[in-house]
Amino acid sequence: MDKEERAEDTNNPMDEIIRGSEEENKLQQTRRMEIASKWMEGTGPEADIVISTRVRLARNMRNFPFPPLASDEQREKVLKLAEDVFLKNEEKSPELQILNINSLSPVYRQVLLEKHLISPLLSKENRFSALILRDDEVISIMVNEEDHFRIQCLLPGLQLEKGWQEASRYDDFLEAHVDYAFDEEKGYLTACPTNVGTGLRASVMLHLPAIVLTQQINRILSAVSQVGLAVRGLYGEGTEIVGNLLQISNQITLGQSEEEIWQNLYSVTSQLINQEKNAREHLLNEGREKIADRAGRAYGILKYARMIDSQEVMQLLSDIRLGVDLGLLKDVPVKVLNELLVLTRPGCLQYLNGKTLSPYERDLERAVQIQKWLA
Amino acid sequence: MLCERCGKKNASVHVTKITEGKKTEVYLCDHCAKEKGEFEFPFEGKFPLHQFFSGLMGLPAGSSEKVIPTGYGGLQCPECGLTYTQFGQIGHFGCDRCYESFGKNLLPLLRRLHGNQKHMGKIPARAGSYVKLKKEIESLREELQRKVAEEAFEEAAEVRDKIRKLESECPPGGENLG
Ligand SMILES: [Zn+2]
Ligand SMILES: [Zn+2]
Repeated sequence: MDKEERAEDTNNPMDEIIRGSEEENKLQQTRRMEIASKWMEGTGPEADIVISTRVRLARNMRNFPFPPLASDEQREKVLKLAEDVFLKNEEKSPELQILNINSLSPVYRQVLLEKHLISPLLSKENRFSALILRDDEVISIMVNEEDHFRIQCLLPGLQLEKGWQEASRYDDFLEAHVDYAFDEEKGYLTACPTNVGTGLRASVMLHLPAIVLTQQINRILSAVSQVGLAVRGLYGEGTEIVGNLLQISNQITLGQSEEEIWQNLYSVTSQLINQEKNAREHLLNEGREKIADRAGRAYGILKYARMIDSQEVMQLLSDIRLGVDLGLLKDVPVKVLNELLVLTRPGCLQYLNGKTLSPYERDLERAVQIQKWLA
Repeated sequence: MLCERCGKKNASVHVTKITEGKKTEVYLCDHCAKEKGEFEFPFEGKFPLHQFFSGLMGLPAGSSEKVIPTGYGGLQCPECGLTYTQFGQIGHFGCDRCYESFGKNLLPLLRRLHGNQKHMGKIPARAGSYVKLKKEIESLREELQRKVAEEAFEEAAEVRDKIRKLESECPPGGENLG
């Protein structure tokens, strides 16, 4: 179909702003697919509340300085070893690729950061650091971050057990080839004493709009932090978390087994899910039209805004998501909402455009991308 | 009040973070709050760990080596050269040997961080083989004592041979896995 026909097909009055040349659109389409990741699919257990689950293991080589103190030669050795282990293995290598951080543009590094595949620290490394990435991006291994190896498993929904098992499989594979720094008393030795022992950090990203709307969030957060879990979320004035999204993770890594750690997180998460479900029930009973209105307005703004900042996007996406979860808003796939959460970040916007953008230009471009995505 | 991040604009947003059960509060301008909102879903905590450690280790926060009373200086990792004082400042070890080098001094810190000081989790197959071997030998020794007590000397001799065989498989260096 040619351009004119397409224009007649749609009744979007803003249509002209999303039109680029055929070629530009194709390139952007490819890049958008590149940005999409397995965890954004919106599938998995409890996906209406738990957006993603992440499990990472910190591992180090024996008798080798940790990366921050290691010489270039030593770092290169670690990198070479990782490459040999993972990329030269017949079974594993077909689904893995290695990205040398120093060969990546600053914008692409930011894209990886926004996709939760690398840490802020790794994104700034230029000395023999790398990301080993599985095709589906569920498994990623940071090489020469704070520790020699950080194996991460990132899954959609609430999948702590699977996350641990998958990460542990890669851990076993690596350990078959690498002498680990391991101590009978202190377990896996890590650069930071906050990770020693299991080296395990498990976390879940939760969407808790109803708990926030019913003003229970502060009480719940303090309860969660009292059971040894860390809660992270950005707060605005008062109690509101940006986009009603927050992450909960274990803090203790020494003295508990991996199962205890993820099971503890699992049971707290389950309680939060129940609280959120009850609160949603309450909202449906007490203010169904209000919530539907909120979701509809959010959708309208997102779809027709000409410029929009990312904080507003996150709030609107949350309102829409709640509407979708409660069946008050139809035909908006959760996958699209998850992808927009990442796609509207500065790194991704600039990557899609192939150039750096000022904050003002980003606000404009953000609106364009959202329209394309919701079209 | 000025923004704590850029120090230029007026702070209009009050950000509260709960980490390690502690609240930290930051005042940011609109722009910086937005920037932070865009970039960060931090997986790890972001508060200045080194100050936290210094506090736990009985060192003045933000101290430099000069103001540290002597006595701490004696502790140094022979492998990477990191001193205990430096560890207190940066909050990170230099290498795996640091754990051994700083020894018992670390225990209060580990207890404060984790409420524990002994690993209870996964044991890696290879690096942990010595650990497993040692545990096996321990349980065989118990069996040996039982057999002797039961006066089952033939069986006891078999168990003793097993122990000797396992002991010969232990890597040299004993306790230290290296
Ligand atoms: Zn500022
Ligand atoms: Zn050391």
